Amino acid sequence: MNLVCKRTNFFNCSSKSNHFLFYFRNMKRTWELFFTFMKIGAFTLGGGYAMLSMVEKAVVDQKKWIASDEFWDMIAIIQSLPGVFAVNTALYVGQKVAGRKGAFASMLGAILPSIVIILLLATVFREFRDNPVVERIFKGIRPCVVALILAPSLRMIKSAKVTWKTAIIPILAVFLIWWCKISPAYVILTAIAGSLVYALIIERKAKEAEK
Amino acid sequence: MIYLQLLWVFIKIGVLGFGGGYAMLSLIQHEVVEHYAWMTTTEFADMVAISQMTPGPISINLATYVGYTTAGIWGSLLASFALCLPSIIMVYMIIKLFMNKKNSNLLDNTLKGLKPAVAGLIFAAGLSMMNTQNFVEIGRGQNNVSIIICVLAFVASYFFKANPILLIVLSGAIGFFVY
Repeated sequence: MNLVCKRTNFFNCSSKSNHFLFYFRNMKRTWELFFTFMKIGAFTLGGGYAMLSMVEKAVVDQKKWIASDEFWDMIAIIQSLPGVFAVNTALYVGQKVAGRKGAFASMLGAILPSIVIILLLATVFREFRDNPVVERIFKGIRPCVVALILAPSLRMIKSAKVTWKTAIIPILAVFLIWWCKISPAYVILTAIAGSLVYALIIERKAKEAEK
Repeated sequence: MIYLQLLWVFIKIGVLGFGGGYAMLSLIQHEVVEHYAWMTTTEFADMVAISQMTPGPISINLATYVGYTTAGIWGSLLASFALCLPSIIMVYMIIKLFMNKKNSNLLDNTLKGLKPAVAGLIFAAGLSMMNTQNFVEIGRGQNNVSIIICVLAFVASYFFKANPILLIVLSGAIGFFVY
């Protein structure tokens, strides 16, 4: 008996079983993350911000994986990152809760419903595209889509507090992309450089004011 | 070759897509319609309508759709994954490095400066979709139903924050009865 005990100690059995338990719990969390984000991905219409309240409800209120203030602090940073906001949020929550595996599982969960639904619709839509009824419906929809793209851009200008002086920025962007057919990628890169300089100047001014 | 192009295009969009789904939409529009001509502007408008009406992030929907029409199922998986790839690296780095408040302030101010340019970007995408393919009667001397739909949808969306899905369904119904 004693010998066995010593042996188990020697082989570090107990910690090994702990490790196994930890691994098991981690796997369970990984799947939980996957299904949580899959549910959110499958049922949120209307983009990233509609999704955010659902993520908060699931992750902060129900599962209590992340504290509320920590969650919102991090979301503030994630909002300023490029890329798909829903995917960035899923990656952050997953990483925080279950490491790299969790991040990957959450991301897959967030995008899988979209991919499946669009693949199904795309195959169906190809068949029915030339159907006269579908064509009539889409003739009505297309101008609406244009309006749905123009409206948020103007709302964005409003929320960015563009003045008569800074109005040159969006006007120049429109002119370069729409008229000169310059790639928006270059416009974005130039704007990043410009606003980084602007942000650094603000920071320096704030520091000087402190002194 | 098409796979490499898809990979490159969507990684680029994942890196430069500041300012949400609509900003990415304008980047996708330039690459897909104007640069590579994988789609006509009509197809693109239809695709945007479908992406709006289905659940999930609009840009993932668009990437899947573009990938599928250009290179089948593998293309769609590749395009969506390519769009997420920069995010995977960036979020990981942000969690490891950028946790302090000072850096986040710098990031915040940079984004504030970026916003007017991104708004211009989106507006330009809307303008380049405003053509005779998407607006049926322009220049034919008929009643301009397309323009009326566009103006009404704009007013409803901008001033009354109407639900985009509702607007798409309504204008689809108008199209069905008018044309």
